[in-house]
Amino acid sequence: MKEFTCIICPRGCQLIIDKNNNVTGNACPRGKEYAINEITNPTRTITTSIRVSNRIDTLVSVKTNLAIPKNLVFEAMEIINKLSIGAPTKIGQIVLKNILDTGADIIITKNID
Amino acid sequence: MKTVDLVIIGGGSAGMAAALQAKKEGISDILILEKDECLGGILNQCIHNGFGLTEFKEELTGPEYLWRFVDQIHEEKIPYICNAQVIDLSKDKIIKYSKYGLVETIKAKAIVMATGCYERSAGAIQLPGDRCTGVITAGLAQKYLNIKGYMVGKRVVILGSGDIGLIMARRLTLEGAKVICVSEIMPYSAGLNRNIQQCLKDYDIPLYLSRTVSKVVGKNRLEKVTLSSVDENMNFIPGTEMEIECDTLVLSVGLVPYISLLNYIGCPIGPTKGAIVNNYMETKIDGVFACGNCLHVHDVVDFVTEEGRNAGHGAALYIKNLIKNDGEISVIPGREISYVVPQFIDKKTNENVTLKLRVRKPLKDQFVVVKSGDRIISKTYKLGVVPSEMILLNLSIDKINEINEELTVELEGK
Repeated sequence: MKEFTCIICPRGCQLIIDKNNNVTGNACPRGKEYAINEITNPTRTITTSIRVSNRIDTLVSVKTNLAIPKNLVFEAMEIINKLSIGAPTKIGQIVLKNILDTGADIIITKNID
Repeated sequence: MKTVDLVIIGGGSAGMAAALQAKKEGISDILILEKDECLGGILNQCIHNGFGLTEFKEELTGPEYLWRFVDQIHEEKIPYICNAQVIDLSKDKIIKYSKYGLVETIKAKAIVMATGCYERSAGAIQLPGDRCTGVITAGLAQKYLNIKGYMVGKRVVILGSGDIGLIMARRLTLEGAKVICVSEIMPYSAGLNRNIQQCLKDYDIPLYLSRTVSKVVGKNRLEKVTLSSVDENMNFIPGTEMEIECDTLVLSVGLVPYISLLNYIGCPIGPTKGAIVNNYMETKIDGVFACGNCLHVHDVVDFVTEEGRNAGHGAALYIKNLIKNDGEISVIPGREISYVVPQFIDKKTNENVTLKLRVRKPLKDQFVVVKSGDRIISKTYKLGVVPSEMILLNLSIDKINEINEELTVELEGK
């Protein structure tokens, strides 16, 4: 049996999962899915920012468009921190495809003219 | 003097929502004044995700959320001026703003205040010890890191467990800093449970409760802080001191509505430290409305957007002369309730009203009861209530029409 807090929405349900993968404490089906993932393959979305190469003192925010395995978060950050992009930028624009073979892309989350 | 029907002061989430709603209701002469270089307000630096679950039914980052509104402002061709700092306001709604040192004056029929909030600082909490560099508020650290790309420190202690403090613990860790601990003076965290999980537990960052900074030491740059436990009266308990070497202390010790301009015009202020308003979000100053974090500090931006719409709607009614002001019903925070917004309801309203309130302390098994005299208007069961989570209660129009006496909102144990 394991107990943890659901991070899917701000409600933050206290989930309990037993050894047969029965989930209790969840207010919605997403909590059940999260609990099972959390003990089999925990994943997290990374949100961070990268340099804008043609602007002074400017960063643009980015994220992984899918959650990636939790144990790859720091390795992914090392790669992301070496990225830069030229403005203008558009929300949804891909900066790097398939980071660390996770299937997730690094995408822009802010428009810069 | 230039005249404008509706001037909105502040182009963040609340201001943009107010502008869009007023436009939708037929007000076309609108101007948004924004002091920063772009629209969007604080969400520009909130690059983490978790925004928009109520508004868009999806999880967005702060910039993605705000751009959905900036795009609409552009589509609706609503005029806005950036780098425009309002420096004076009068009761007859004459606004002076400065842009690059040039002062312009405009007269508005109605004003929506959407000026947001500011952070409590080291001075505001009487932080004991040296005044050295390396002590910084969480929001400023967030701006340096996320917008400007400066690392604020290498070994960090965070004081205060509100959501910004928790988010910054994760953010600093991801960028290579060592976050030693988060210390919270209260016996419970002020942040969302999910943020304690994903920002602290994920990275094994300890959270100390009932403990705060009792001494700051640093000649030029911060060298160490002492944490001490506190008793129930918030006094330090001798013998509990814990010295921590660090170069940065991040303060996440609360937000206060920004109301300087409202003070200029003598606007009455309530327990939220923002203006007191009626159900149209109109303050006690005729034609001046308030919404978002300058009215009361919210925990979720989606609710700020909704409140902005209410204020935009109220301002549109006001400009069209549709608000009667035929007396109002007071809404009083009762047992274990720290505040309720709005504080007044127009007796002649023909709209449903949402009451927004916070409790004083965490409690389990409670009913939130709305009473008018001895009559119970509504009674809602809550499994658990915490001060960090705003409670919303809907009052339907037929219920409001039955009320004559003032309303009291209070908690009642099961």
